[in-house]
Amino acid sequence: MQELSLNILDIAENSVSAGATRLEIELRYAFGAENRLTVTIRDNGHGMSEETAQRVADPFYTTRTTRKVGLGTAFFKLAAELTGGSFSVESKLGEGTAVTAVLDPTHLDAVPLGDLAATCAALVQTSPEMELCLTVSREDTGAAFTADTVQFREILGEIPLDSPEVLRFLSDFIRENLAELLAGSPLEGTAD
Amino acid sequence: MKTLAELQALRDQMKDQMGIRHDAKDNIRVVVGMATCGIAAGARPVLQRLTEEVAKRGLKNVTVAQTGCIGICQYEPVVEVFENGKEKVTYVNMTEDKIAQVVAEHLVNGHPITEYTIGAAQAEAAK
Repeated sequence: MQELSLNILDIAENSVSAGATRLEIELRYAFGAENRLTVTIRDNGHGMSEETAQRVADPFYTTRTTRKVGLGTAFFKLAAELTGGSFSVESKLGEGTAVTAVLDPTHLDAVPLGDLAATCAALVQTSPEMELCLTVSREDTGAAFTADTVQFREILGEIPLDSPEVLRFLSDFIRENLAELLAGSPLEGTAD
Repeated sequence: MKTLAELQALRDQMKDQMGIRHDAKDNIRVVVGMATCGIAAGARPVLQRLTEEVAKRGLKNVTVAQTGCIGICQYEPVVEVFENGKEKVTYVNMTEDKIAQVVAEHLVNGHPITEYTIGAAQAEAAK
């Protein structure tokens, strides 16, 4: 099965093709008696009908007319269910879609997160006009960080967000902050 | 750990470089093909190594940029070098090691590496 980051990228690409101008990716970790990772991907695209939303994780259903397969959502659901977690989709036509997966990141069957930093950099590179906001938090320590392209743009001024130096900074920013956030957790070292 | 203060520092550094680049007559523009064909062939590490080498050597007259499909997918990763008053040089089948050599020989010393160019690749294929 693909790493979670690749599934996130696949879902995000759906958002882009749905006309989203802002994409929010939220990762909430909780470690303790129960280990939990809640991943939410939320966009402001044109949304889906109720019927499409219900079948979005069905690997044999698609509304695409191109050759791209787009199994990200189906794999995401499977990854959550393999660890005893849950998966849900909320969508409203004209308002956007939110995909949420709750999973145990330390479970024997857990799919690794993969390179989230490279995923975000790839998203910014391929859709530089879209705003991307990544929020990662950890409930047991209260640690958190945010990488928001709106904030990045404010700081950068006329420097393009998708210039190689900035993309590398964004990637390092996410990678290093994620590694710091997971320090001391059962996932320490997996974000490097 | 990276902070947003470092992003401000990066912005200032890039602004300085842009100012220098704008004025320089010996401006060199290096373009890396970053369409899906390029990425699939390994353009991303080539671009990363290129920006690292340019930064490491402090080549302020060199601008690194990305572009889409150049139209010669079979030769990806492709890197093009544009210099004022000179003919464009197209490097093909680039690797991290090759791009490091291009930076040293072409961008720093001014001697294009003919054996890595599209002309050499096409001549080899015609043999």
